[in-house]
Amino acid sequence: MSPTQWDFPVELCCRPMAFVTLTGLDVVYNAVHRAVWDAFCANRRADRVPISFKVLPGDHEYPKCRPKRTSYEWYIPKGILKTGWMNKHLNLVPALVVVFYELDWDEPQWKEKQSECATRVEIVRQSLQGRNTKVAVVLIQKKTPLPPGEDVTASERAAALCNACELSGKSLFVLPHTDHLVGYIIRLENAFYEHAQTYYYTEIRRVKSHKEFLNKTTHQLLFVRHQFKIAFFSELKQDTQNALKNYRTAYNLVHELRAHETNILEIKTMAGFINYKASVTYPNPDPLETQTGVLDFYGQRSWRQGILSFDLSDPEKEKVGILAVQLKERSVVHSEIIITLLSNAVAQFKKYKCPRMKSHLMVQMGEEYYYAKDYTKALKLLDYVMCDYRSEGWWTLLTSILTTALKCSYLMAQLKDYITYSLELLGRASTLKDDQKSRIEKNLINVLMNESPDPEPDCDVLAVKTAQKLWSDRISLAGSNVFTIGMQDFVPFVQCKAKFHAPSFHVDVPVRFDIYLRADCPHPIRFSKLCVSFNNQEYNQFCVIEEATKASEVLENLTQGKMCLVPGKTRKFLFKFVAKTEDVGKKVEITSVDLVLGHETGRCVVLNWQGGGGDAASSQEALQASRSFKRRPKLPDNELHWDSIVIQASTMIISRVPNISVHLRHDPPALTNEMYCLVVTVESHEKTQIRDVKLTAGLKPGQDANLTQKTHVSLHGTELCDESYPALLTDISVGDLHPGEQLEKMLYVRCGTVGSRMFLVYVSYLINTTIEDKEIVCKCHKDETVTIETVFPFDVAVKFVSTKFEHLERVYADIPFLLMTDLLSASPWALTVVSSELQLAPSMTPVDQLESQVDKVVLQTGESASECFCLRCPSVGSVEGGVATGHYIISWKRTSAMGNVPVISTVITLPHVIVENIPLHVNADLPSFGRVRESLPVKYHLQNKTNLVQDVEISVEPSDAFMFSGLKQIRLRILPGTEQEMLYNFYPLMAGYQQLPSLNVTLLRFPHFTNQLLRRFIPTSIFVKPQGRLVDDTSIAAA
Amino acid sequence: MAVCVAVIAKENYPLYIRSIPTENELKFHYMVHTSLDVVDEKISAMGKALVDQRELYLGLLYPTEDYKLCSYGYVTNSKVKFVMVVDSSNTALRDNEIRSMFRKLHNSYTDVMCNPFYNPGDRIQSRAFDSMVTSMMVQVC
Repeated sequence: MSPTQWDFPVELCCRPMAFVTLTGLDVVYNAVHRAVWDAFCANRRADRVPISFKVLPGDHEYPKCRPKRTSYEWYIPKGILKTGWMNKHLNLVPALVVVFYELDWDEPQWKEKQSECATRVEIVRQSLQGRNTKVAVVLIQKKTPLPPGEDVTASERAAALCNACELSGKSLFVLPHTDHLVGYIIRLENAFYEHAQTYYYTEIRRVKSHKEFLNKTTHQLLFVRHQFKIAFFSELKQDTQNALKNYRTAYNLVHELRAHETNILEIKTMAGFINYKASVTYPNPDPLETQTGVLDFYGQRSWRQGILSFDLSDPEKEKVGILAVQLKERSVVHSEIIITLLSNAVAQFKKYKCPRMKSHLMVQMGEEYYYAKDYTKALKLLDYVMCDYRSEGWWTLLTSILTTALKCSYLMAQLKDYITYSLELLGRASTLKDDQKSRIEKNLINVLMNESPDPEPDCDVLAVKTAQKLWSDRISLAGSNVFTIGMQDFVPFVQCKAKFHAPSFHVDVPVRFDIYLRADCPHPIRFSKLCVSFNNQEYNQFCVIEEATKASEVLENLTQGKMCLVPGKTRKFLFKFVAKTEDVGKKVEITSVDLVLGHETGRCVVLNWQGGGGDAASSQEALQASRSFKRRPKLPDNELHWDSIVIQASTMIISRVPNISVHLRHDPPALTNEMYCLVVTVESHEKTQIRDVKLTAGLKPGQDANLTQKTHVSLHGTELCDESYPALLTDISVGDLHPGEQLEKMLYVRCGTVGSRMFLVYVSYLINTTIEDKEIVCKCHKDETVTIETVFPFDVAVKFVSTKFEHLERVYADIPFLLMTDLLSASPWALTVVSSELQLAPSMTPVDQLESQVDKVVLQTGESASECFCLRCPSVGSVEGGVATGHYIISWKRTSAMGNVPVISTVITLPHVIVENIPLHVNADLPSFGRVRESLPVKYHLQNKTNLVQDVEISVEPSDAFMFSGLKQIRLRILPGTEQEMLYNFYPLMAGYQQLPSLNVTLLRFPHFTNQLLRRFIPTSIFVKPQGRLVDDTSIAAA
Repeated sequence: MAVCVAVIAKENYPLYIRSIPTENELKFHYMVHTSLDVVDEKISAMGKALVDQRELYLGLLYPTEDYKLCSYGYVTNSKVKFVMVVDSSNTALRDNEIRSMFRKLHNSYTDVMCNPFYNPGDRIQSRAFDSMVTSMMVQVC
């Protein structure tokens, strides 16, 4: 069996072309014939029709046609496809036989020539007996023929020749041997091609006609065979579409075949052939060799040809046959072939996204490389896929791959790989039996002691010899014998978990954590060193356990127990260290845990766990453990369930707990703009003196940014602070404090806006403490926050009234009015109004003195203080939005505040007022009261406020309570800017509050000037006292 | 009948896998594992279909040429997969039979899940489940 047997036979791979034989050409001695042949076969480019030509002698024997079967009833096929069949139709049985014959139409000896030609045709027909092969005659002529129809002799003789040769007119051709030979040849070819197609068409029909005789039980193989033949003929006919269709049908039929061990190879071969044919898009570029064709049927065993029964008739022969095949097989390097095929398959499955199939094939490839003794490549492949199986948790498969990998690494004496695979094969993910594990463990220990391991079982003997040599070379080789292996990517036999005792530690207590170790190997294992690394490397030195050196052999027993891991038992190692004060507020993290197996003097391997331990399988295990409700059996003291240990690889270092108290004393709420006093009391409860006490106080950061602008903090209450003061005072040094001592600090806060604010008081200090015989300086701090509400100290209401204390919507130019202020205390604390001041705008003029009327007034909550100022506004014309009045400034402080506390001035902007001009102003002069039957003189002043002469009608309406004298009705003129006086004498008749006789004024030029307006300026009523009695009246004395 | 029965967790690790003892166990492990490729593909193709209308039975996953074996798949709503390898030469085994075998397996698996002492995600160690699988492997062969 040559390896090429696995290649496809050449007849399968070549492109089938119609087969046409040419006879009667003497290409060796006849130049003309030679030229014809050359024209047929030279320069066959793609545009020529696909025909394969062959020159044969006229009496060539074609393969005999077997007698056609009329019934398939008793026929049992012996195989699927005969080996010779394809070749027969490609190269042996022509679709068309062409007889070349030299004959001109004007040949003198026509009769003789015609009969000779007929004889040649007959001979060809004879040898093609039973086949449907077409026959054609080509006459080679020296003269150019005349156009058809013109040469009468030619058409007569042609008809006669056809008759003599029993040919149809379509099968007779003329080839003039002239300059245009190639053109004639191409035309001939096309005609041949048509004949060939007809032939293959009839062949297809013929094969199809067999179908109806077949039955599914005995002729399963024939179904495939016929379908294949139809497809092949279609291909010969260049009918690719039908060919493909038929190959597909054939492929499906192959699937229906009953497969058995004895014929599976045949079926697979045929399926392969058909599949190859069906996928014409994969042309095989280089078929090496032709099938030698010793077999009758493809894919059958040579000694079992044609035997259909599945039970082996001749076991002895079978045995010999198999041995013979196996002998041949031995000479073939199968691994190479297999590996090539596998790598093709890997590419295929990778393309179609089948990762697991790909991995599986890569494992097979790796194993094949192992058999081919290419251990480097094997290891590379196996190593590559291992993690896929590991991450999906297929431990059985992983173990099998690891076992192979271990063999490879042993045979190459790859130390690090050998150790790595051993570690994992001993681990809990390995499904190996205990005896295997203990063998591997023994080997591992040997390797760590710088000795050679025992060979792995089932290894090639020669390879083992080489390996042993390599191992012994290794031993003598000095050099790096320390291997660090990261544990997070696989499942080693030592598990590790690190756990800080708490999520945070105060800086004045030692940080404690445990390292838990557990071995899964069958025998106890010793280690030489355990060390822990941190993100702050300064701690590393405190967390090392090392095997005692020879000097302290006294302790050996003790250390031995300590440095040994017993399978299945969880070992706990306690570590502690003192955190650095710089690390306060930082995270201390375990970055790695290293466990050293073996000795640095021999070989040693460092198992390195990133973070707080854990390997490729532990996260899933932890998840499962956390889900579990199972109660764990009780274990003896000091032993722990491995699953119940949760990794805690980091801890926070926090500052020492402060032992001081901070109190705040204040009187809320704060009043806007006042210097609000906050008394901070710090008392030390520490056992020793505390140093460098510092205070940070003020608005707590992180609140509304506007608050920061409107809040100011100062230590000095005696002066008002302004914008330049900060919202937060930092690091105010207040010195040292002895145990039990307390200090007080006053802070003053000025809040510019109302609302609530959070204030922070943060006290920090230094103290010396001793832990673990180390003196450290601890920084402690304590903070207090307080929320303070700020309110307005008082509400100020301002109103404008007329001189009659009537409410004014607007004031009249040049006419006095009153400004009334009302100060209502809103503070829960008593307020002292130190003074008040009215700052008038330039447009306003005071009528009298503007001195404060509320100086030194103390207001309790809800009390109010009012002031009244008489003002006048000169005429200004009409101003949009009114005329500014000015400011009202109140200076105040808390009544309780000390003398040195500054007075706060609150400025209130007075409202604008609308000023209106009036044409006439009337004011009256009259006494404040009258007396019954006593004359009451009243003088009215009428002032013209315009630049016009005013015509004024005045009338006085009588009242029941008064008699009066004076002008009752008058009409007069008042010049611009002048004043007219009207004098009346009223005589009250009744006591009490009496209506005065009303003065009515009508301005002819200003009809809008009404008496209502007038009433605002002049009194309408007066109090009339009863008639007086003498002082010595006895009746009063009696009363 | 069935020559190998496997229950695969949602995360694609085996919860249970058993094959007939006479043959190479590793071969079946590989076969079940590679079948998961097809299961994954079928599930992702199915993803768009409505959950309640989904067919749990996945049908033939792939016929292996070497051993005349076929693997069939089934996936529960919680994405736990059942893979069964059967001998393809056994013509008595049609789609319907396979389907009913899977249903039986699913019922038995549900019983395992109902056990309050079973922690979902752990390997299945149940005598009832074992005997059910045994009955499926024995039934015909």
